[in-house]
Amino acid sequence: MSRRFTPKVVSANHLIEGDAVWLTEDDRWTRDIAQAELIEDEAVAQLRLLFAKSQPAVVVGPDLVDAVKGADGGPVPTHFREAFRTHGPTNYLHGKRAEGLTPRGKIPGNETLSNV
Amino acid sequence: MYKYNEFDEAFVRERVRQFRTQVERRIDGSLTEEEFRPLRLMNGLYLQLHAYMLRVAIPYGTLNPDQMRQLAMIAERWDRGYGHFTTRQNIQFNWPRLKDVPDILDALADVGMHAIQTSGNCVRNVTADHFAAAAADEIADPRPVAELLREWSTDHPEFQFLPRKFKIAITGSPNDRAVTRAHDIGLRMVRNEAGEPGFEVLVGGGLGRTPMLAQVIRDFLPKADLLPYIEAILGAYNLKGRRDNKYKARIKITVFENGLDAFKADVEERFARLRSQWTGADQEILAEIEAQFAPPAFRNAPVDAYEAFRAGNGVFRAWTDVNLHPHKVDGYAIVSISLKKHGATPGDATADQMRVMADLAERYGHGELRISHEQNVILPHVHKSDLPAVWAALREAELATANIGLVSDIIACPGMDYCALATARSIPIAQQIATRFEELKVEHEVGPLKIKISGCINACGHHHVGHIGILGLDRAGVENYQVTLGGDGTETAAIGEKMGPGFPAEEIVGAVERLVLGYLEVRRDAEETFLEAFRRLGPEPFKGFLYGTEETADAA
Ligand code: SF4
Repeated sequence: MSRRFTPKVVSANHLIEGDAVWLTEDDRWTRDIAQAELIEDEAVAQLRLLFAKSQPAVVVGPDLVDAVKGADGGPVPTHFREAFRTHGPTNYLHGKRAEGLTPRGKIPGNETLSNV
Repeated sequence: MYKYNEFDEAFVRERVRQFRTQVERRIDGSLTEEEFRPLRLMNGLYLQLHAYMLRVAIPYGTLNPDQMRQLAMIAERWDRGYGHFTTRQNIQFNWPRLKDVPDILDALADVGMHAIQTSGNCVRNVTADHFAAAAADEIADPRPVAELLREWSTDHPEFQFLPRKFKIAITGSPNDRAVTRAHDIGLRMVRNEAGEPGFEVLVGGGLGRTPMLAQVIRDFLPKADLLPYIEAILGAYNLKGRRDNKYKARIKITVFENGLDAFKADVEERFARLRSQWTGADQEILAEIEAQFAPPAFRNAPVDAYEAFRAGNGVFRAWTDVNLHPHKVDGYAIVSISLKKHGATPGDATADQMRVMADLAERYGHGELRISHEQNVILPHVHKSDLPAVWAALREAELATANIGLVSDIIACPGMDYCALATARSIPIAQQIATRFEELKVEHEVGPLKIKISGCINACGHHHVGHIGILGLDRAGVENYQVTLGGDGTETAAIGEKMGPGFPAEEIVGAVERLVLGYLEVRRDAEETFLEAFRRLGPEPFKGFLYGTEETADAA
């Protein structure tokens, strides 16, 4: 018996900037995971991943990543590694937060921020 | 100091030109990522969690002021205004954009620097004692040999596709500051009974998933035999090293699985064959390199003003007590500039700080800077009379933290704040430990203590050789920190012993605090270091401190 499918988002790094991006329902790449498409069906997930892989001149390393539906309806990553990708490093205010994006998912011990 | 010759210059420029067209072809879609990845890695360009990362080699940790200023310029123009110095004497830029990287590489080439062989299964940046040519305890400057090895291994056709990456470290001093026993090959410059210069050759060391200390494969190798001998080792490894399993591909496993004796027999047999093909051209090149490493014109001047200033200024005195190291020339000192201000990111320097250090090196340091594997910057040659001025300038740039070799002088790898391979963060743990000990005001009382933190099993933060080693793991989706004790990266090298269960992020700082304060209770006297106390008492009392089990602590 195969394991139950858990919802996913398609994530990758942008080819030029190298930052984290996610695939939207209308085939764009967004830097804000809240805008991403949450995929709840395994077959759809595979199709979306194939679509992402057909864009090697836009993104690098597309992959399916676990997420759940947040209170606002947008996806929230479940693993802290993926939460980091929505957040940027914790030692400086660089990356996603510096761009005004709201991190999603649990960053353990967020109070450790310094040098901001 | 060594300057690129025409061949180096042409080679590096040609590589940049090639990479520029490769980047163009990647961006216009004619190269896939699978095709491009090995090409970018050959030029030190990684893709991390939030951005690309460019790793630039600082061969044997030596920089001149113009090079340091160029790093500052690159940090400001193409990155976020800072750079991260690593345990392999490299500098990493955390935010370059793909399309800018060829320009960055050209800017590096302008000052004789590059990012070649900072990745891939080849001979990596050769590292050396950061006190080279300055330390009072040194037999000979290891850097000319490191430069010879760099020239020989760069683009070496036979050794571009080894089973795995290959790291060589060299020291010219019996006090090992280059962690030679944790390298694939460690070289120690020694003299034989007749007084002739040569090397003790160690092989098969490495940290990572299976930490091992290098073993002596030759206790005395005459100086002129070095390249053929290294070629014999690499040749034997190239053939015998495992290519079926990435985790068993390093030379430490090859030596372990074959046994040192069998491996040595293979090396010696190859060496016997190869030796005659080396007719001495390499020794002529080495002599030319050595000439370029001639010592600076040291000066003779009184040090009374320094002594007087030191006597009258307690803060300065505290800094001189821990941040200076004995120089081989009278009246001089080796200055370690701490990149470990309490609460800051270990190993990071801003562009402004880089320029301050470059200016100081130019004005007071005979134009030399070093990067240590402990992620600090060294001014190897400063006359003591200049120390008050150097210190004052460092203070203004927030670079005068007096903590070299103390609790807060922590090695930490980038960890999950940047690294795509990480299983947990390292930087915030280092920041919190340093901040905590600053509050406790005990680090000078505690004395020499090396804490080293890695954010995954790859051990870039050298945790296995930390007196206190901390390894960040992912336990069911939560950061968890495992402690090892008693590790040592020097001539008395040891791999740290794993203690019991790991600690969650909120508890690891308290655990380290208990360990250190517990040590203060059990040390014989103020002279007995943490490592010595651990060696004398064994792990039990320290486990007691860690896990707060009073019985164990009492039993100690
Ligand atoms: S030890 Fe792991 S987390 Fe740290 S820099 Fe190395 S690979 Fe990255």
